[in-house]
Amino acid sequence: MSLFLVVALPFLGALLPGLMNTAGRAACAGVTFAVSLAAFVGLLTNLPAVLAGEMVTARIDWIPLLGLNVTLMLDGLGFFFAMLILGIGLLIITYARFYLAREDNMGEFFTYLLLFQGAMVGIVLSDNILLLLVFWELTSLSSFLLIGYWKHLPEGRQGARMALTVTGMGGLAMIGGMLILGNIVGSYDLSVILQNRELIQGSPLYLPALILILLGCFTKSAQFPFHFWLPHAMAAPTPVSAYLHSATMVKAGIFLMARMWPVLSGTPEWFVLVTGAGLITMVLGAVIALFKHDLKALLAFSTVSHLGLITMLLGTGTAFGAMAAVFHIMNHATFKAALFMSAGIIDHETHTRDIRRLGGLRHLMPVTFGIATLAALSMAGIPLLNGFLSKEMMLEEAYHTVLLDSHWLVPGLAVLGSLFSAAYCFRLIGHVFLGPVRDDYPHKPHDPEPGLWLPPAFLVVLVVGIGIAPFLVEPFVKLVTASVLGGTAELPYQHIKIWHGLVPALYMSIAAVVGGLIVVSAFNPLLRLWDAAPRPEAKRIFDAIIGGVVRLSERVIHGVHNGSFTRYAAIMTVAVVAVGYHAWATGTVGPATRVPQVASPVQIAGWAMLVAATLGLVLLHRNRLLSLVLIGIVGLVVSVGFVFFSAPDLAMTQLTVEVVTIILLLLALNFLPNRTPIESTVLRRTRDAVLAVAAGVATMALSYHYLLRDTISPSISEFHLANSYKGGGGTNVVNVILVDFRGFDTYGEIIVLGIAALLIYALTEALLDGPVRARLLNRKPTDPRAGDMHPMMMVVMTRVIMPVVMLVGFYIFLRGHNEPGGGFIAGLVVSIGFVMQYMASGFAWTSARLRYPYHGVIGAGVLTAGLTGIGSWFVGKPFLTSDYTYVRIPPFQEFELATAALFDLGVFLAVVGAVMLSLESFSRLARRAHVPDVEHPMDIDPSRDDPPDPLQPRTEA
Amino acid sequence: MTDMEALANSLMTWSIYAAFVIVAVSQILAMIRLYVGPSVGDRILALDTMFINAIALLVLIGIFQGTQIYFEAVLIIAMLGFVSTVAYARFVLRGDIIE
Repeated sequence: MSLFLVVALPFLGALLPGLMNTAGRAACAGVTFAVSLAAFVGLLTNLPAVLAGEMVTARIDWIPLLGLNVTLMLDGLGFFFAMLILGIGLLIITYARFYLAREDNMGEFFTYLLLFQGAMVGIVLSDNILLLLVFWELTSLSSFLLIGYWKHLPEGRQGARMALTVTGMGGLAMIGGMLILGNIVGSYDLSVILQNRELIQGSPLYLPALILILLGCFTKSAQFPFHFWLPHAMAAPTPVSAYLHSATMVKAGIFLMARMWPVLSGTPEWFVLVTGAGLITMVLGAVIALFKHDLKALLAFSTVSHLGLITMLLGTGTAFGAMAAVFHIMNHATFKAALFMSAGIIDHETHTRDIRRLGGLRHLMPVTFGIATLAALSMAGIPLLNGFLSKEMMLEEAYHTVLLDSHWLVPGLAVLGSLFSAAYCFRLIGHVFLGPVRDDYPHKPHDPEPGLWLPPAFLVVLVVGIGIAPFLVEPFVKLVTASVLGGTAELPYQHIKIWHGLVPALYMSIAAVVGGLIVVSAFNPLLRLWDAAPRPEAKRIFDAIIGGVVRLSERVIHGVHNGSFTRYAAIMTVAVVAVGYHAWATGTVGPATRVPQVASPVQIAGWAMLVAATLGLVLLHRNRLLSLVLIGIVGLVVSVGFVFFSAPDLAMTQLTVEVVTIILLLLALNFLPNRTPIESTVLRRTRDAVLAVAAGVATMALSYHYLLRDTISPSISEFHLANSYKGGGGTNVVNVILVDFRGFDTYGEIIVLGIAALLIYALTEALLDGPVRARLLNRKPTDPRAGDMHPMMMVVMTRVIMPVVMLVGFYIFLRGHNEPGGGFIAGLVVSIGFVMQYMASGFAWTSARLRYPYHGVIGAGVLTAGLTGIGSWFVGKPFLTSDYTYVRIPPFQEFELATAALFDLGVFLAVVGAVMLSLESFSRLARRAHVPDVEHPMDIDPSRDDPPDPLQPRTEA
Repeated sequence: MTDMEALANSLMTWSIYAAFVIVAVSQILAMIRLYVGPSVGDRILALDTMFINAIALLVLIGIFQGTQIYFEAVLIIAMLGFVSTVAYARFVLRGDIIE
């Protein structure tokens, strides 16, 4: 099966669990299992090629200019990890089916799980490091969702946030490291990078790249000092812990270190950083694990410790170390996943994970006891189990490793780590299963249904099988090791054997196990010592750092962005005027090429009115209603000006927008005081006045300058005029620009318009659900009200004019392509026609007659425009290519049909929907409790002889 | 061109000029009324008058330039201009323009 399919299957399959959710839990888990199984089988079909030593590849160019291509490769290492991810994934899916409670949303869980699975498989199969980074971030995101799956638990949410923060920061560092690496080599393809060991290690940027990449690996694989997030991620459901934190996500960092091993390892820097971090993590994790009372916390710290062990092995930079690391990855995945699942079973059956409340489960849960004991003994390093083999290889490797000129440091610490590792394993067995049966379990324990214990049992079979017959997996381990080494070192000659003779590693192993037994027998005094000793609390430090960062960014933001629009406008005005002045002062100014025209008296009158209205607005702006009236004058004079300067489209738009704006502002003014209070000091107002005058003078100078001169390069208008009819089939250039030349812009704009309207709707709805609701409902008018609520004159007038408005709107829409008009103006005209009805007969009466919700109208508009654009794909043209033709239906004259008209219809619908939705939302705020909804269109109706409503106007005053 | 046609033409031209001046002056007068007030009702009425004058002005420009291209703008002012006047009036009388 193609590698693309192996990676894509989990992502595609992630759509299914959600759909199957209603079909029952078994169907939901079944479909997830089937998807994983298909990917697993697809992977296995590539096994023969991998065994033959071939490199299976697949490639699609995605963004070649950035060097970002979807290239996948499968070698031994990738196969090994993909097999772990998909194979253990299958077991986890089975386990989760029985683990999750009835009230948990299974579809959601399996969707996240498949997304995570796909991202992990993507990481291990990527041949392009940029693609790898994409998958890397996807694992951080999907694991965030999985860890926080139980959204009702605060620990779950906090743990998920912490994991995302730490791994996300590491991912950020790694992006930097990978970019440096790609820059050194000149290619982002892993297969190329892996061939350039000398080039990379000789580069002066080697150390920064190494540190940044290791930051990514260490955060992901929970290495000291980033180990603290892993135990907090244990708030996740146990299947997640078993999957992410034993076999997959935490191994991603290890995988990357192994992947990069040929080019990054072997230097002193690598050795000190990786081995050092690994050793510290191994010992620290093991010691902390011993004293944890929560089963999952114990396992989490033991995972931290084992990841440290593997990191340490990779750090040594020898071929034998790499082989031991690979073997231990395999063994750790088997016994640790089994242990996590056993811990989940215990939690599930006894309702507690606290070791102090457990004990004596041996007789009550014999099956679980058998599984957990074998897995734990393997982890402790007891012979005939797989953990023993790889642990002894680790001790062997440690024995030969010299760190900081000391022959004793690494072996000593390795034994210490193994000793505590053995101790916590014995504690796990002894304190949970052995001992007397208690009578105070939170829930009567018994073995679970087979669905829960079969998956870990299968893993334990592997644990024992590999432990007894290591020669069966040795060829595979060596194959994987060979692809880790990547030809930079000879494959180790040693065989994986149970008995190596009386070698130092055996003595170290015996010392660790015996020491572990001694520590466990002295557990209680040691625990008192541990509890008495002061220790740094990672979560508190983390929270303090996050809190500090939040406060710092708050201070920065509030300093720069204090919410005062006046300040922003002032800064922007000063900046623009200064830059403009600089350009004028330093640049050259050509001579005037045009002669100014003489102004006619009518023009002067218009100009005088505009100036008077604007000045009046400045002087009277504290009276809000009056300033709105003055804005009306400005709008009117500007519209006439547009007509005068031959821009009828603009004039029509301006006129209609003016009406809608006034209605919108009047709706808002209803909630505001009549006057704007004086809030700023005289000094500040003087400053603002100076700035405003400067900006005005600068704008005037610029306009005057350009009115007298041609632009330096020919303007784009010529192109539009020449191509409007030829290319777009319309003679109205403005409309052709909107629906054709820049149709994509328009498409984006109607979407934005729709979003804005929906946002206004959402905001008003939120307001009406909140504490403001009561205040709004009980609002009393400040002034007594006069006149009728729905006067007959107005009702009759608006009804009569409604068809005319619709007709004009239709007419303007149709002619738009060739004459002034178009969908935008038509939409505004029709909206005003609707708003008139709202004003005349009231909100309730009009909404009751609304057939389609405005949300739907917006959606229909965007869809129409989008589908028109997509339509051009079917004839092999790019998105939004327009076409037109002429048709003649006999009694009529020949007329033009253009796809642009369909697009314009979309614009029309979106505009109508958006305008109406925003106005309706605003007027919804003004509903009041004591004014009942009226079902009649008008207050006085001659055909009706019921008395006018008793609550009508005059009683209100 | 006969004398009669020349006379008609010049009469037309002068009429248009006169009309321009009259409409412009009445527009300015309406604006002064808008400033002076004194009541909000006066101001709204003044604005409405300005809308009517704008219609006249645009039609005159159309006749003067001999083009129909301004007709739709005129149509829109005539058809929808009253909506803002009504909205102002409703606001002053009732506070809430859609109730």
